[in-house]
Amino acid sequence: MTFRERLQSWRYNLVPDHLVGEILTKRWTDNAIPFLALVATLGVFGSIIPGFFKLSSLQESTRQLGEFSMVVTGMTVVMLGGGIDLSVGSIFALSCFSAVYVFFILEQSIWLALAASLATGLVFGAINGYLVGYLRLRAFLTTLVTFIFGRALFDILVTTYAADVQLSQAKSDVLDFIGDSTFWGLSVSVWLAIILAIITHIALTRSRPGWHVLAVGGSRRSAHNAGIRVRRTVFMTYVFSGFCASIGGFLIACRLSGAGPGTGLNLEIMALTAAVVGGVSLGGGRGSVIKGLMGAIIVLTMTNGLIRLGYGTGTNQMVLGIMLAVAVTIDIRWLKNRHKVLNEVYVAPVYLKMGETLSAVPGSGTPYALDNRLSAADHIGLGELEGPEDVILDRDDHLYCGTRHGEIVRFFAPDYVRSEVFAHIGGFPLGLAFDKAGNLISCVGAMGLYSVSPDRQVKRLSAETSRSWTSIVDDARLRDPNDCDIAPDGRIYFTDSTKRYDAHDWALDSIENRATGRLLVYDPRDGSTRTLLDGYRYTNGVCMAHDGKSLFFAESWACRVHRYWLQGPKAGTAECVIRDMPGYPDNINRASDGNYWMAWLGMRTPSFDLSLRHPDMRKRMTRRLPQDEWLFPNINTGGVVKFDDKGGIVEAMGDLTGGAHPMVTSMREHKGYLFVGGILNNRIGRYKISGADPNWTSPASYWGAQP
Amino acid sequence: MNAIGRPSLRSLNQEGIVFAIAVVLFVAAAIGLPGFIDPNNLVAIVRSVSVLGILALGMAVVIIGRGIDLSAVAIMAMSVAWYLQLLNTGTPDGLAFAYVLAGVLAIGLLNGFLVAYADVPAIFVTLATGSFVFGYVRSQLITQDAVPVPQGHWVELLGGLRFLDIPIEVFVFAGLAFLFFLFLRYTKWGRYIYFAGDNPVAARNIGIPVRPMLVLRYVLSAFVALIAGLLTAASLHSINTRIVNSTLLYDIVLVAVIGGIGLSGGRGGVRNVLVGAALIGILLNAMTIIDIPLLYQNLIKAAILLGAIIVDGIINPRDEQTAQQGDI
Repeated sequence: MTFRERLQSWRYNLVPDHLVGEILTKRWTDNAIPFLALVATLGVFGSIIPGFFKLSSLQESTRQLGEFSMVVTGMTVVMLGGGIDLSVGSIFALSCFSAVYVFFILEQSIWLALAASLATGLVFGAINGYLVGYLRLRAFLTTLVTFIFGRALFDILVTTYAADVQLSQAKSDVLDFIGDSTFWGLSVSVWLAIILAIITHIALTRSRPGWHVLAVGGSRRSAHNAGIRVRRTVFMTYVFSGFCASIGGFLIACRLSGAGPGTGLNLEIMALTAAVVGGVSLGGGRGSVIKGLMGAIIVLTMTNGLIRLGYGTGTNQMVLGIMLAVAVTIDIRWLKNRHKVLNEVYVAPVYLKMGETLSAVPGSGTPYALDNRLSAADHIGLGELEGPEDVILDRDDHLYCGTRHGEIVRFFAPDYVRSEVFAHIGGFPLGLAFDKAGNLISCVGAMGLYSVSPDRQVKRLSAETSRSWTSIVDDARLRDPNDCDIAPDGRIYFTDSTKRYDAHDWALDSIENRATGRLLVYDPRDGSTRTLLDGYRYTNGVCMAHDGKSLFFAESWACRVHRYWLQGPKAGTAECVIRDMPGYPDNINRASDGNYWMAWLGMRTPSFDLSLRHPDMRKRMTRRLPQDEWLFPNINTGGVVKFDDKGGIVEAMGDLTGGAHPMVTSMREHKGYLFVGGILNNRIGRYKISGADPNWTSPASYWGAQP
Repeated sequence: MNAIGRPSLRSLNQEGIVFAIAVVLFVAAAIGLPGFIDPNNLVAIVRSVSVLGILALGMAVVIIGRGIDLSAVAIMAMSVAWYLQLLNTGTPDGLAFAYVLAGVLAIGLLNGFLVAYADVPAIFVTLATGSFVFGYVRSQLITQDAVPVPQGHWVELLGGLRFLDIPIEVFVFAGLAFLFFLFLRYTKWGRYIYFAGDNPVAARNIGIPVRPMLVLRYVLSAFVALIAGLLTAASLHSINTRIVNSTLLYDIVLVAVIGGIGLSGGRGGVRNVLVGAALIGILLNAMTIIDIPLLYQNLIKAAILLGAIIVDGIINPRDEQTAQQGDI
């Protein structure tokens, strides 16, 4: 190995590049940025302002936070519904004034003041909701105008009644309690804000109206077409926002015992900034109450911190402007480019040096030398089938195969002309096996392990295994169940080819070449699924040895076949029996002469082998080139290979014309014939094997003669 | 005028209606209000709407291109305030003006870049930059709310300039209106604004440089704001930065929208701005003569703007099936 290659192998095999992509697939990454911003903000201001975290200083900030976060909660709900409410500052101020007016000037009870406050907010919210929801005006401009309207009204009222409020003698213990006291160290406003946030969160995530809000925000058109009352839902979000702002207004009325020209000033841009900085998306559908609250804390800490650091007039607006612009831009770019970034960084190739191999060229004299025998096969279902990955025959000689359309098709013996859909499963049925009772067991791509009974009842056996603690991507889910076989005791051994890609992205897995394939076992007695082996490069075919004491499984991208021992001294361990083949192995099945058939889905090429030693090149390729121009493994030529118990190659055959069976993913011997399937083929081949036992069948080999 | 730029029948109606209302209001005020028809008062009306009209021209260009510029007033006040502050602290005039030009250009470019290339909705970009411009200039560059014009400076002389007893800003407004008319109607870039405003995707597909044109509009709007700011400072001999927090910004939108420039872009022109400015000018003047307090005037203007937006929404309704996601 040259020094350059050693460096490459260290760089690409030891540095866990793939984790970046896996982390990006997680939804919580949306929360990570605002959370880090929150920690950073608190850290910076906490360290440069002495006494920032002192209880008395926190007390004052949190009181404000309680009122502010209520407003932000309302704003968040409106934004989740795809709108925006800029009038919250006016609603806040007017509600505050309503409470002050009822309490101090009319000298009514504090509860009446609360009712007046809430009524103000609800009416104002309803006006916004009517204009934006029912008249479908532009939310931004409309609420901007209602904001000016409300503000003008408030200014008039406040200048008219300011003196009267000053002179009022009204007093109330309740008001003082709400305004000044604390409860378990937190002020009343904070408790109310927390309660409101929890209720809103539960409503949004676990109730029908909440889901409607998210649906309308996520896609207004689809929500409309799905029968959701879009207009009413939008209307309700504004009413809710008005409600939240009015509680905030009531609380500040209690705290300050009055209303001034500064009440609620700039609140709308602060609330908007808070929601956006927290990660609530413009345009709706994405975000949560928690994000809004994080944003509220960030914004309030920033603005209060700057005031306490002694920066002058205007600094707040400057900082708010910067934060809003940056947050909105990040939000928009993040939403637009997240999947692009993900596509770009997800493929993280590793270094692999494939071993020297024997030639498969016809006439080269090696046991692998391919020939043209398979081109002579008869065809079954030509043009009717799409993607028979695996084929199998039952005791009555009927032929079964999966198709791309998620069906298992049955061809009737003896001529295999007539066919029917045996069962519809969905997904893409890949490996097939019959159990002792005659149930057809299938590995269904992207779905799991399924069983189809003789009377066509489809039953899911397994869709997950245990989750490993260190994996970031959810490796409990079966992403690419590929082939299965059944031990004499009824346990089903099957492979899951990769943890990183779904079944249809198998080609990306070949380019990445990361060893994430697994061998699993499903136990029908208790329905459990266990992972037996992990860390193979695309585990594929599985075949129980003739004596049932071990099984063979193929490791496609490494061109190897392993033997896994079920019994005996080596039970539970695997050993490599065939290495460095010239082709990529796929399914393995029993042959009548005590040997095993193995399909080759494609052939190794020097160019692709070389590219495996250049992970940097493959990485650049996946990032810079369109997928059509990528270097893939050659799957235009395949074949069928027979090997013996010890891994020795007996013979190989192929279709070098490429006309009938260029790529072979499966073959099954039955009564002297070999039935050949290919995942990209449009037929099943039937090839007469010279010298084969004309009475041997696979079900009999597994489960004995007909009972 | 070719087919695409022509106001549709509907907005022609709106323009006509608004014009008729303006005429009726004018006649009513002339009959009912003492001193309204006085030539000095008429000059005062035109003068009072000049700055508003100039700002509305810039806004109109942006709105026709399916955008909005909420930073216009901040740019207008703060650029001039900074300019005057530089002069008052002894910076040479040429250098100070160069600084301000560069600053205005930078904000225009920033607005345009974020809208055009980062695909951020114009309304958020300009809200944020407006807040930033005010905050930055107020906290870092100037020391008090109002900045006076230095004695004998050309801005002061500009304010005293008269031609036929009519203040200079009226002529500036008229001249700019004519220039914008020529620009929108007869230049290639002017036509592009209508195409891009009407259907940005189609405009891009036929090869119009939609994004650079977007940037151009915001830069244009920023410079128009600077001119308006200079004229304001000229007539008042100082600039008060508190104007940023006033309702002036919404008056500008009001002039544009009420004149019949649809917020969904692609239609309207200089004539709409003139009609809108006329109506608002008469209205404001009449309210001042009747002696309605400023606070109530704000309330009335807000109500009118709300009415104008509702009418705009009814005339150009948005459909559940075709409304753009995230178009708020």
